[in-house]
Amino acid sequence: MSDARQLSLRLVALGMATVVVQVAAISQLRVFDTNADLTPVVIAAAAFLCGSLPGAAFGFGVGLFLDLALVQTVGMSSLLYLTIGFGAGRLRELRDPQAAVVPIVLGAAATAVAQMGFSLMQFLLGEPVPLDPALLRQILLPVLLGGLIALPVNAFVRRFLLPALPEDPRRRRRRAYTTGGLSPLSRA
Amino acid sequence: MYDKPLRRRRITLALLVAFSLLLLTVYFGESAGGGLHSVQKGVLEVVSPIQEGASRALKPIRDLAGWFGDTLDAKSDVDKLRGQNAELRGAAVAGTEAVRQNRQLQGLLGLDRSTALQRTEPVTARVIGQSPTIWYSTIQIDKGTSSGVRAGQPVITADGLAGQVTFASGGSAIVTLITDGDIAVTARVSENGVPGVVETGPGGPDDLLMKWTGRDDRVEDGWTIVTAGTTSDSDRLESVYPPGIPIGEVTSVEDAGTDSQQVHMRPFADLRRLEFVQVLTATPNGNRG
Repeated sequence: MSDARQLSLRLVALGMATVVVQVAAISQLRVFDTNADLTPVVIAAAAFLCGSLPGAAFGFGVGLFLDLALVQTVGMSSLLYLTIGFGAGRLRELRDPQAAVVPIVLGAAATAVAQMGFSLMQFLLGEPVPLDPALLRQILLPVLLGGLIALPVNAFVRRFLLPALPEDPRRRRRRAYTTGGLSPLSRA
Repeated sequence: MYDKPLRRRRITLALLVAFSLLLLTVYFGESAGGGLHSVQKGVLEVVSPIQEGASRALKPIRDLAGWFGDTLDAKSDVDKLRGQNAELRGAAVAGTEAVRQNRQLQGLLGLDRSTALQRTEPVTARVIGQSPTIWYSTIQIDKGTSSGVRAGQPVITADGLAGQVTFASGGSAIVTLITDGDIAVTARVSENGVPGVVETGPGGPDDLLMKWTGRDDRVEDGWTIVTAGTTSDSDRLESVYPPGIPIGEVTSVEDAGTDSQQVHMRPFADLRRLEFVQVLTATPNGNRG
């Protein structure tokens, strides 16, 4: 099976599992009077590994599945999550940040985009969006939780997708260096 | 060479965005029986057994997390409850006598609460899913049209009103909770009968608002709000909620004594941690008291 096909299958499985786990369990876990949102964190982690286009497509697919499965306004989550997927993918393509806190920042940022995007779209669609401290708290707490769960989520997504990812020359170069492949000492 | 992948990326992204906007437009433009709604129904049919299995499988994890949450909540509640306990002990003595008399009268009139609920033919359902965002206060239950569940039927928990069925397929249904912006419930204050309409409040899932009370209507903290049921004689203005179902407890009154008086309340039902609910599938006497 080709790498691209294997990656697509893994992304489909990951997306469906994410929605089912989110809806059946995570949404019902109350932490600090709110709940974590696994979906944008997973999308950002997958897109960061796969790139902007697969990331955008993955975000779109997960959003569509979520809207259909939960009988929500179809198209809203797709639009938001494809933005998150594309953004996370582009970040990797343009900057390729390596710091250890990147997954945490990425998870929190993805959750923030999702929360604020939903608020903005609800406002544009005519729903009342009162600017109230309690509402801001309901938006900000999931962002913190998103940052907290980002590390294990990122590790899982990486482990799940890495076997199907095409070999990244930069990753190979780094690995070669750290294992001594390009070290002057190893050449001697 | 350089432009090709860039152009491909731009075109794909534009197509995905355009398709999302198209879906949004079509969804808002079509009726409840339209194409996208039918697709949602089909997906719900297929996904709900998976969801149910996942919900059961993940229950131990939910329970464990719930235990930690409950322990933290319990610690902060202890002091508050001690004070309330002393206050309520006095009220309970007076209340016991009233309850005894009330039971006798209800028995005489055949208006026993359990009998009244039995007449609404409740169907017990398990909660198998919950919306992840605060913008959709919806849950998914494992009973649908095959069990008599239809859109528009009220949903209750052991503690009080939870919401209304808004979408039903063969084996599952979507319930929109009372904390959703689309739900409004005709209600009254249990203590003095002041009428109003309960809607979602600005403060998240634990804040509801009772609107349209008059400037002379007295409402105090701690009072109970219940459903009003149908108050009109006309069949066209029937409420979907039977009368007397507890909704919540008054937490504060904003602009008291003015025309814009707003009563804030906390729902009795813990809407973020629902496991079982009951759908009231019949409307005896048009939900009149």
